[in-house]
Amino acid sequence: MDLKGLLAAKKDAILRKWFDAVLESYPADTSNFLKTKKNRFANPVGYSLTKGLEALFDGLLQGVEIETLSPSLDSIVRIRAVQGMAPSKAMIFPFLLKNAIRGELEPELRGDRFSGEMTALESAIDALALHAFNIYMQCREKIYALQAEESQRLTYRLLQKAKMVCEVQGEDPGTGSSKDTKK
Amino acid sequence: MAKFTAKPNELSKINLTPRRKEWMDTPVEIREHMYCHPAKIKDLQTVDFSHAREWKPADEDWKLPQNWEQIVLDGMQALLKKYRSFQVFMDICVRCGACADKCHFFIGTGDPKNMPVLRAELLRSVYRGNFTLAGKILKKINGARTLTPEVIKEWWYYFYQCTECRRCSVFCPYGIDQAEITMMGRELTNLLGLQIGWIAGPVAACYMKGNHLGLEPHTITSSVELFVDDIESITGIRVEPTFNRKGAEILFVTPSGDLFANPGTYTAMGYLMLFHELGLDYTWSTYASEGGNFGFFTTNEMAKRLNAKIYAEAKRLGVKWILGGECGHMWRVLHQYMDTWNGPADFLEVPRSPLTGTVFDNAKATRMVHIAEFTADLIRNGKLQLDPGRNDHLKVTFHDSCNTSRGMGMLEEPRYIIRNVCNHFYEMPEDTIREKTFCCGSGTGLNASENMELRMRGGFPRANAVKYVREKYGVNMLANICAIDRATLSASMDYWNPGVQVCGAHELVANALVMKGEKERTQDIRLEPLPGEEETENV
Repeated sequence: MDLKGLLAAKKDAILRKWFDAVLESYPADTSNFLKTKKNRFANPVGYSLTKGLEALFDGLLQGVEIETLSPSLDSIVRIRAVQGMAPSKAMIFPFLLKNAIRGELEPELRGDRFSGEMTALESAIDALALHAFNIYMQCREKIYALQAEESQRLTYRLLQKAKMVCEVQGEDPGTGSSKDTKK
Repeated sequence: MAKFTAKPNELSKINLTPRRKEWMDTPVEIREHMYCHPAKIKDLQTVDFSHAREWKPADEDWKLPQNWEQIVLDGMQALLKKYRSFQVFMDICVRCGACADKCHFFIGTGDPKNMPVLRAELLRSVYRGNFTLAGKILKKINGARTLTPEVIKEWWYYFYQCTECRRCSVFCPYGIDQAEITMMGRELTNLLGLQIGWIAGPVAACYMKGNHLGLEPHTITSSVELFVDDIESITGIRVEPTFNRKGAEILFVTPSGDLFANPGTYTAMGYLMLFHELGLDYTWSTYASEGGNFGFFTTNEMAKRLNAKIYAEAKRLGVKWILGGECGHMWRVLHQYMDTWNGPADFLEVPRSPLTGTVFDNAKATRMVHIAEFTADLIRNGKLQLDPGRNDHLKVTFHDSCNTSRGMGMLEEPRYIIRNVCNHFYEMPEDTIREKTFCCGSGTGLNASENMELRMRGGFPRANAVKYVREKYGVNMLANICAIDRATLSASMDYWNPGVQVCGAHELVANALVMKGEKERTQDIRLEPLPGEEETENV
């Protein structure tokens, strides 16, 4: 059996380890809630993590282009980008997969049998982490953009009245549309 | 976001496991982007709030008044005496935890002190230590603690991370109203001059000018004129609103934010069009020019002072009854407090729709009707000609505002309106709407910009439900009946669900409303081409 086969066979256990490790970045009371509450609307953070991590794992296993995993990465990163963690803590979750795999497959990974495949997989995880950081930065920049856009939106008519806005081709701060409207 | 402090060689040694500590032993950490800027001195002085001073939440020393401890304990004693509910809520919680995971801030932040039960314990622990025999004797064993400057910081930090949405109260077997506990917490911190700018500014402006934005009469009338111009270019009809007109049958009061903030402005245009079409004998007021009440987020007394102008203006103008626009907290104030604060409004008549003859008995005490009730009644009685096809470019879902749903039980009227003016309406999942609706995450004066990160976390549970209907049905419009929702959900959608826009119910009414003598409509209220008119627009 190759490494992919091994990973597929132990998917549930690896995912559980990975999920638990990610949850350790939250206080104990919280991680317990995130782990046990299954309803996706009552526990959207836990649900997003569970689904997102599984999709990332499957994608890595199938060797898909990292960019195609953007939606799954986004569903996790977008949350962690506003949860007050230092960037290093918020973005550690892809790397924790390495620990989960090595922990779960410890006997099998002894020796050199899978070293080539493991190096390739860990490189893919690194690439995933770098891509995650791109999304993280987009989210952070969005937060600051929202602050600026909102102040404009809240006083839009006042600005219009003071003739401080004019007709341009572009995005309307009030509607987010890209029609030929006022700005 | 926390500041990045780790040195490079420490990065690989991060221990992610949080230390296990009792909540009382976990000191509060005042984090940037989670709080709003302090109030300006002049705003506090305008309304006679005490201990106005320069202070910064990030500083160690908050420059509390010398006798701060006495001020707080005297204040707490007074509140306990005045409000039986506060006394009861301090005593009866059995810490069953039913509320713990129902708060949008806990769900989004993961901070245990955002569990409603624990947020209340911040206050209860001081109550026990100072006002109960068991607490005085047993101290920490009884869950009591000493009042310290750190406790004050903790109160301020967490009571401004609660939007008084009352979702937790729905699940509490004792019906403990967490919103009231937060109100008490805010009253106490207010006694120490610990108010936030985003609340104190509007309160002072409202006290001096009649509305949160501090708009003077000529500014209000000229901005409504801008709406009138836009309505004319869309419909060919020039509507003619009146201001401060004595002898009008109805006084119309709405949140001032809808006069200037997009997308609320489109809702205000909807009111103008509807009233014109009905030939309603109504007037706007440039004095009672604010339906909202940010005083409600400071002290009971301040809220009462700001509210007084509505009845006073109704009396001055000699109207028969009052109609109110779409808003959330405005309606909790009007529905549950106005009558006992500034009533009885015996100089007004029990509201009766001049179009349908319907008597609004539910407003017998306050004499003020929510526009969603008024419009739903019009539709029910066939008084409006509607073309819902004009909203066919929209796939709409409805966000119940916390205050109108849980505060006054208004669940069906807005849905009835939307179903009659739109062909594509989809509900979000059951546990996220009606009485169990999730807050927008930015209510109670927390809709500032500097705390955007907190708002995004608190808004996540709502946004997550919107995401579901967006993915399942292609929803692209989030309707609501609250001015703060319109202002804040736009940012929330932009972050969590790009492409989903936000509107008031009466914007949808305005699109669908077929007005007598109107020209063929090619644009919606946002001046964007109607479905099928895109090509014409581009020619």
